[in-house]
Amino acid sequence: MGRYVIRRLLMMIPVFIGTTFLIYYMVYQLGGDPISAMFGDRGADPVFVAQKRAELHLDDSLIVQYWYYLKGLLQGDFGTTLNGIPVADELKRAFPISIRLALVAFAIEVVIGVTAGLIAGLKRGKFADSVVLVVTLVVISIPVFVLGYVLQYFMGLQWGWFPATATPGDPTWEDLILPGIVLGSLSLAFVARLTRTSIVENIRADYVRTATAKGLPRRRVVTVHLLRNSLIPVVTFLGADLGSLMAGAIVTEGIFNVDGVGRLIYLSVTRHESSTVVGAVAALVMIYLVMNLIVDLLYAVLDPRIRYA
Amino acid sequence: MRGTTRAKWLAGVGILALAATACGSSSDNKKSDTGSGAGNSASGGSSSGGYYTASSTEPQNLLQPANANETGGFYPLSMMFRGLYTYDPKTGDTVPAMAESMDTTDSVNWTVKLKSGWTFHNGEPVTAKSFVDAWNWGALSTNKQINATWYQPIEGYDQLHPEQGEPTAQTMSGLKVVDDNTFTIKLTSPISSFKAQMGYTPFMPLPTEFYKDPAKYGEAPIGNGPFQLDTAAGGWERKKQITVKRYDNYKGNDKAKAAGVKLVFYTTYDAAYTALRDNKLDVIDQMPTSAIASFQKDLGDRAIVQPQLSIQKIGFPLYDPEWSKPGAEKVRQGLSMAIDRAAITKAIYKGLEVPANDFLAPGIPGHADVCGDTCKFNPEKAKQLVAEGGGIPHGKLTIATNADGPHREWVTAVCNSINQVIGAGSCEPKLYPEFSVARKDISGHKMQGAYRTGWKADYPFPDNFLNDVYRTGAASNDAGYSSPVFDNLAKQAMATADKNQSLDLWKQAEAQMVKDLPSIPLWYYTTKAGYSTNVSNVQFDVFGNPVFTEVTVK
Repeated sequence: MGRYVIRRLLMMIPVFIGTTFLIYYMVYQLGGDPISAMFGDRGADPVFVAQKRAELHLDDSLIVQYWYYLKGLLQGDFGTTLNGIPVADELKRAFPISIRLALVAFAIEVVIGVTAGLIAGLKRGKFADSVVLVVTLVVISIPVFVLGYVLQYFMGLQWGWFPATATPGDPTWEDLILPGIVLGSLSLAFVARLTRTSIVENIRADYVRTATAKGLPRRRVVTVHLLRNSLIPVVTFLGADLGSLMAGAIVTEGIFNVDGVGRLIYLSVTRHESSTVVGAVAALVMIYLVMNLIVDLLYAVLDPRIRYA
Repeated sequence: MRGTTRAKWLAGVGILALAATACGSSSDNKKSDTGSGAGNSASGGSSSGGYYTASSTEPQNLLQPANANETGGFYPLSMMFRGLYTYDPKTGDTVPAMAESMDTTDSVNWTVKLKSGWTFHNGEPVTAKSFVDAWNWGALSTNKQINATWYQPIEGYDQLHPEQGEPTAQTMSGLKVVDDNTFTIKLTSPISSFKAQMGYTPFMPLPTEFYKDPAKYGEAPIGNGPFQLDTAAGGWERKKQITVKRYDNYKGNDKAKAAGVKLVFYTTYDAAYTALRDNKLDVIDQMPTSAIASFQKDLGDRAIVQPQLSIQKIGFPLYDPEWSKPGAEKVRQGLSMAIDRAAITKAIYKGLEVPANDFLAPGIPGHADVCGDTCKFNPEKAKQLVAEGGGIPHGKLTIATNADGPHREWVTAVCNSINQVIGAGSCEPKLYPEFSVARKDISGHKMQGAYRTGWKADYPFPDNFLNDVYRTGAASNDAGYSSPVFDNLAKQAMATADKNQSLDLWKQAEAQMVKDLPSIPLWYYTTKAGYSTNVSNVQFDVFGNPVFTEVTVK
């Protein structure tokens, strides 16, 4: 088990270097001149542009630029933005916000999604099942921004159930409920459907019949035997989803004024701030990798047949 | 050029225009105070003169007067600093602030006399030295100030800001302190409108405190304006807000009415507008694209629509041989007449933008119907002129724009208009992935077709709209326009002290521009803004900025 974890952690190093280089390369390939663009439609001051370009090594080749970046990174320096703000500060500010938002969305999708899937699976073909199917179909087919604006308008502005927009810069948990619902809704639908399918498959499995035949109460059969085994595909999905909840919230973050990682990456891409983009995405990659490891380890917990050597 | 960069950030998600009919019927009357830990701002409510909130963006650079060329930095600086002159919010006229007088006989040598009694927020008196030292510091190239080129007209700038290499001087020879309240400015060439530039942020004074640690000062500036940074309430909280409070010893005429202001940074204008309708935000300076059609209905008499000193144009690459050959100007005139400005502004901007008839925005002195028939929709004449000019260069007109901003829609509409008049396939938009890529090709003179270009006034005088953009070799002359007639008239107009005479010369210069048509004026932008029920007396100046000092809190 311990060796397995160490091996997996070591594998992250080449993945990390590869992804950071790829992202660096892609931002580089965007072309354009971010320094001149700081002047808008006004003619740029050539002296200022030359100084800034030299400072940020923008005139060097891709490899040299990347080398400077990697060198800084090894010393714990994430570089600075075009305006001289340390990227580390930006990440320290944005990540906690996104993590909070992702956790709210995650909690909503796990609790509601698994419950809905469980009910639908147990009542297969009944009314409850159809309701879950229809509702998830609707949620899957609505684009996020439509759902976002509609919920914001009704639940936020009209009925005042939740704050319509988050407090700038420092969203409270309450502020994050509505964006959490919007962000988690799509995955919620997937989770519900995955759970349902899995339950339906397993409900006829031998071990469930055995458990029932042993005379265990239905409650115990469902929660300990059926649900636990049915959750394996759901956990796989959820593990990968936590990463995308953090990075993929650009639209939701924009609608509800949550200034998290999604906005940070979007704005840095438009401003060609390689160091910010790479820093943020590299952190996300690490989160993905760690989540994947945790998911793999969770398999062993959920399914005793799986063992890691 | 604050307008365009701001428009760029607005490139967000809003495409869905919510057909909102009722305006915040359930929004309870909670006060605007959304900040946390702001001790003295928690009063909110009954007492008049509390704090209010206004939408802004995170400053791009440290808060140093010569280091802001975008809204996010400009707002706080314009609140915390006052220069020699300021602008009348309604007319845009230059009115004295710190200047007792600013006299010249030849538009080259200026003598500035300061009013006495003004102090910085830390109590230090504002003297002639406060101005001179600040300008020298801003001009020095090693200090990397984004607006350093504003000091270019002053004699000795070249030594502080050389094109190549290190600066060879620390102070500009054109600036001399005479006594505490007097200093002189010597320019390299006569500029009669120099006074009109004095209200812009690079020309603000700085206290001695600044030079101890300019970077630290940039986080918490000490100015001489109607507001001072409210450090007790957090001051500048990165990516969140800037809180300022009224400076009670302010000596100017435009004392602040409210106790303080929180400039709050919203991620998108969509979010800011939603917060406004929820009464969480009090003043919004710009409407999201998705609300253009509905905001007047949503806000009723709390919606603001008024002219702004900015213009949208299509520029041409006159450095391209095809576009500079004789007859090409006829093609450009024809294309101008093929654009149905009225129909496009009505369809896309609900008629809120005003079709252009001059290179100057209305409100700039000297604005008149200079463009005349050339800017009027006339399909027959358009076709005829394009044919006479030998057809569109390169066979087809492309109009370049960045796809990440709000411009794509109107560029497509302009092309449709041209296609209908000149013939199908004569025009198509050329989309750049984003602003900086488009700007690189435009400023690098690499275009073969036309491109969108906008201008927003830095100071309300024709110089800013004409000389800074169309003079041969001007920094913002992206078109590569070069007309000896225009240059000569511009030079005279800049030098002429008499305002009317100067405006007359500008009119003649513009007449030459209409003949050459280096760019096609399209329309003037209007300020589209609004405010919450918590505040009153919300006004916007001719530049489209809120008049922060006038707002009162209910």
